[in-house]
Amino acid sequence: MKLNWLYIAWRNVGLKKLQTALSLVLLAFGVGLVSLLMLSEKQLSDTFDRNIEDIDLVLGAKGSPLQLILANVYHVDAPTGNIRLADAEKVIRHPYIAEGIPLAYGDNNRGFRIVGSTDAYTAHYGGELAEGRTFDTSFEVVVGAKVAEVTELKVGDEFFSAHGLQDETDVHTDKVFRVVGRLEPSGTVLDQLLLCTISTIWEVHEGHGEAVAPEDREITAVLLKKRNPLAVLTIPNTIRETNMQVALPSIEINRLTQNFGIGMNTLRSIALLIILISFASIFISVYDNLLARRYELALMRTMGGSLGGMFLLLLLEGGLLSTGGSLLGLVLSRLGLVALAQLVEDKFRYDWSNIGVMPEELVLVGLAIFVGLIAAAIPGISAVRIDTSRTLSEA
Amino acid sequence: MIRTSNLAFQYQKDSPLLTFPDIECPAQGQLLLLGASGCGKTTLLHLLCGMLQPTQGEVQINGRALHQMNEAERDTFRGQHIGIVFQKSHFLQSLTVLENLAMPAFLSGAAFDKREGLQLLEKLGIRHKANSRPRDLSVGEQQRAGIARALIHRPALVLADEPTSALDDVSTAAVMNLLETQAAAAGATLVIVTHDQRLKDRFGNRLDLTAQPQSA
Repeated sequence: MKLNWLYIAWRNVGLKKLQTALSLVLLAFGVGLVSLLMLSEKQLSDTFDRNIEDIDLVLGAKGSPLQLILANVYHVDAPTGNIRLADAEKVIRHPYIAEGIPLAYGDNNRGFRIVGSTDAYTAHYGGELAEGRTFDTSFEVVVGAKVAEVTELKVGDEFFSAHGLQDETDVHTDKVFRVVGRLEPSGTVLDQLLLCTISTIWEVHEGHGEAVAPEDREITAVLLKKRNPLAVLTIPNTIRETNMQVALPSIEINRLTQNFGIGMNTLRSIALLIILISFASIFISVYDNLLARRYELALMRTMGGSLGGMFLLLLLEGGLLSTGGSLLGLVLSRLGLVALAQLVEDKFRYDWSNIGVMPEELVLVGLAIFVGLIAAAIPGISAVRIDTSRTLSEA
Repeated sequence: MIRTSNLAFQYQKDSPLLTFPDIECPAQGQLLLLGASGCGKTTLLHLLCGMLQPTQGEVQINGRALHQMNEAERDTFRGQHIGIVFQKSHFLQSLTVLENLAMPAFLSGAAFDKREGLQLLEKLGIRHKANSRPRDLSVGEQQRAGIARALIHRPALVLADEPTSALDDVSTAAVMNLLETQAAAAGATLVIVTHDQRLKDRFGNRLDLTAQPQSA
């Protein structure tokens, strides 16, 4: 049998179960909340950034520019309306524009949007086929990875579409879609979509009996890449007379995250407050133990224990509490993120499954442990100052 | 073995100087220091074990001059050569009785033999309490565990501070028997500081502190 300081510290911490539990829970909640904020902010901005990549402008119907971006870049909001294909093509052919990817949609399958576009759309997000081939003619469909996972659609399967973007009440039973390909997961909006040709979308609705003349054909939006930076200034002027507008994804998303930011900052302040309280709790815990155990420390001195040993013991007690609390916090934030991801995935169809430990979190944990040690060191110094003889005489 | 000369101690600059008679006790001898409350018994004990540094005079244990060592050296020396039995035995409450028994060895960097510890507890009649928490022991059992802890690392000198003042007559006799026989068995010198008159007749070698002039 051999004792060591860590074991004694462990037993001492274990002796005061309630006090220890309080310190651990407070620190775990504080660290957990900060780490959850860090994680979700990172996931959010990663998701935003991945989808915004290389899209300079989005052309669509007049309305809220933020809505235009959310609907056509992230596919989380309803579109602002339709625009005439002929009008859109004029913008795409503008000399300041390098490329335009048209999008048309308005139907869904089990809540996943069916988006008509071109191969350029898949290529833009780096989508790669996991099996099958790309869509070629009308009613051929390539399914995104998440869609395939949830709906279990495979190459060769057939399905109907439902009108609208959410529910399945109005099903077009006269038009049959056929799955010809499935995409690898890309971490972009492609994962959440069913892709087909633009003409497919037109034909679904012509089937409703509303025969549309080619010059009146409509699409929902166009993702534009500029050739000349002046496009940002010029294009809005050229479309002033139409029902169209252009929006800049980077500006709109900035606006959005700034609004988010206020809430984030409030949460962060609360989390920091909880961490501070938990340090106070660790301090009180070690200090309180110290008062009650002054005699124990004096006793150890009479048995030949050194001052350094006493100090080390108290540091270890603070270290155990702050390490345990911080690690518990990281676990909590993961659980929180998984719960949050379930919630968000249901609503927004975004996949936040990457929950590795970020370097920022290691800094957070390191700081928490360090401050925990400091909180223990302060009573530790007074422990070293204990007058052994007097403590023993007074007991 | 233990010898003091002209020992005196002053707590603060303006507090009275406590003086103590010269003490001498041979190796494996037993000495009773008797004195009324407040005559500086505990102060003397703390001087003898090096927890206090004398204002004047000398303390020699096993030929080593305690008063010439610094605090860290005295801590180490005490840990290796002195076992102390307290009036009220205190323990590390988070550890078991057996683990408390291992503390002196751990703190002085020596090895602890678990079997030896259990044997000692057996001799003291508290073997069955080895894995109990100290607070679950009766006062008498705690005192015996305290004796075990003072003896476990085979110190050359055992100092006992009022070991019986909290005990009734029967327990007093039992504890004193244990203390004497175990100290003798371990080959340790035993010095007891007490005001307990019941112990007077047990010891041939005794010194009455009250009889000496207290302040100079």
